[in-house]
Amino acid sequence: MEGVMNSAIIISILATGIRLATPYLLAALGEMFTQRSGVYNLGVEGIMMMGAFAGFFATLHSGSPLMGIVASLLIGALMGLLMALVSVTFKAEQGISGIGLYMLGWGLSGLLYRLYVGGITSIDGLKTIKIPLLSDIPFLGPIIFDQNVLVYTALVLVPLSGFILFKTSWGLNVRAVGNKPEAADTLGVSVERIRYQCLILGGMLAGLAGAFLTIGQANMYADNITAGRGFIAIALVYFGRWSPWGILLGSLLFSMADSFQSMVQVLGINFPYELAVILPYVVTIIALAISFGRVWAPAALGKPFQRGTRG
Amino acid sequence: MNSQFRGVLKQIVVLLAALVGALLIGAVFLLLAKSDPIKAYGVMFAGPVSDKFGLTETLVRAVPLLLVGLGIVISFRSGIINIGAEGQILAGAIGAAYVGNSFPDMPAILLLPLVFMAGAMSGAVWGGIAGWLKARLAVNEILSTVMLNQIALQLYLFLIRGPLIDPQEVSYGTGVPQTALIPEQIWLSRLIPGTRLHSGLIFALVVAVLVYVFLWRTSTGYRMRAVGAGPEAARYAGINVQWYLVLAMALAGGMAGLAGVVEVTGVHHRALEGISAGYGFSGIVAALFGRLHPLGTIPASILFGALLLGADMMQRAVNIPAAMVMVIQGLVVLFVVSSDYFLKNPSSVANLKVKLFGKKVNGEGGK
Repeated sequence: MEGVMNSAIIISILATGIRLATPYLLAALGEMFTQRSGVYNLGVEGIMMMGAFAGFFATLHSGSPLMGIVASLLIGALMGLLMALVSVTFKAEQGISGIGLYMLGWGLSGLLYRLYVGGITSIDGLKTIKIPLLSDIPFLGPIIFDQNVLVYTALVLVPLSGFILFKTSWGLNVRAVGNKPEAADTLGVSVERIRYQCLILGGMLAGLAGAFLTIGQANMYADNITAGRGFIAIALVYFGRWSPWGILLGSLLFSMADSFQSMVQVLGINFPYELAVILPYVVTIIALAISFGRVWAPAALGKPFQRGTRG
Repeated sequence: MNSQFRGVLKQIVVLLAALVGALLIGAVFLLLAKSDPIKAYGVMFAGPVSDKFGLTETLVRAVPLLLVGLGIVISFRSGIINIGAEGQILAGAIGAAYVGNSFPDMPAILLLPLVFMAGAMSGAVWGGIAGWLKARLAVNEILSTVMLNQIALQLYLFLIRGPLIDPQEVSYGTGVPQTALIPEQIWLSRLIPGTRLHSGLIFALVVAVLVYVFLWRTSTGYRMRAVGAGPEAARYAGINVQWYLVLAMALAGGMAGLAGVVEVTGVHHRALEGISAGYGFSGIVAALFGRLHPLGTIPASILFGALLLGADMMQRAVNIPAAMVMVIQGLVVLFVVSSDYFLKNPSSVANLKVKLFGKKVNGEGGK
């Protein structure tokens, strides 16, 4: 065992962990905004599937992963808009709407893939970009500063979304709408508009999270490539108590365990395969179980807003 | 009575409008893919009703949909959103196959009830976990049931690949992941010879009536609906809300488990890969389309059974992927939940044109 845990392997585990955290981080930060404005979007998984397909398809046809990123943002925005129409304008039960959106994204991505692509095709995805100077820092350099652009985006979004949420007037409005929609409405903040904006933003980030899986990691598309990550991302929002740093912590714990687990398999250490696959889902349930305590949740979460009634 | 009839009629009109709307959007996707939607839908709708094969296969698919849908009705009516039916079906199927194969010489009159009990209990335990997590630790049941689906799938695959694999598959070296055939005395009888339609249909219809009686004619059912209508009010009224949440999820899981049992005893006669076949999700759509009423879920299950079959036929005849039916189901869910808004305020249609603000009288949204 001694030679096994040398620093090269530790660096590799940590670098992979940061990379694997990216889809969780992107989707969960988006969902954080959505829930902060008072709406559950449980269709994140479906949006991720659409983003994964759109990113793959646009990259396949344009040859440029940048187009893939744009396509996934657009499709994510559209799916977010649809969720907003159903859950904000039509005030539908949000949990069930989310399931509808999930099924739609699941079916549609599979349908479009079979109609337009068919067989297994690989693409040239995002290249890693070594950041000059920073990537030369011993230990940390190769872990954090030798990744692709979506990894950097996700990491930058953590402090950025914290700033937006807590230090800008738009962020204040989002929190007001999620906690006291009646008060926000009285002060002239349009509850519906803020919720639309947050759902669209959340959709875009979920789309990007999906694109990461196809153009930033697998360089191909496969059915069910998201494998429940969208739902895990929602769980991480609870675990992270609706704060960007909490979400970062949760995403990293999760992805590091995943990275460690796959490294254990690569090194041929005996560990039952089924157990390894099940582990993230069990961990998610445990994470949800220990992060109970509604105090942290936006007060109006899940409640459609109607003018003229008290919440 | 008359107004009640008119209310039902109005709901049917709204539901059909939702279905038509979903199909129209589906047609747009077909057009974008340069396929002919009229030809595709022609096969999809005509196929299931054109001959004995289509009609019986529709009903074969309606049976698990109905059983899953009944579980969904119980859980949604109790205010808990169960999307774990896929995993609960697998739990029921493996429980039934295991117990069936454990007593190959037992007479059917003993073994069949035992197998049904085993499947129902397995599903109930799997569903009950999510209920307990919600009641005790406030774990969101949608997330926990999704995770439990993934866990059940891996455990199920592990069992049919390993400990419970058909010994023949091992000795022949073929290794198809499936259990041995269950003893022949517990294969459900065929209702029409030469078709796959089995007596599980009658069982499911009886269960539907029982669920209706349970929810609307017993005090337990009444309390469960009270919890669903408003947990706070129910708590003030002295109802043990936590207990009813667990019970609702256990019953829902039991129903889905029974769907697994009828697939094993009625259709496949063993547990094999892909046995849940998406029924866990389609059952949700059937229940919503049946307006979360046990009896309404009966025609809805038959309708969606026909849609599932029609989509398979469409794939074979005009080469349009069967994933189309998932698109339509997703759209139906979105349309149906949105249509509540128009059903609850008739004036909203007019209001909507003026300004997108209604004054919906709404119970508990989400949690």
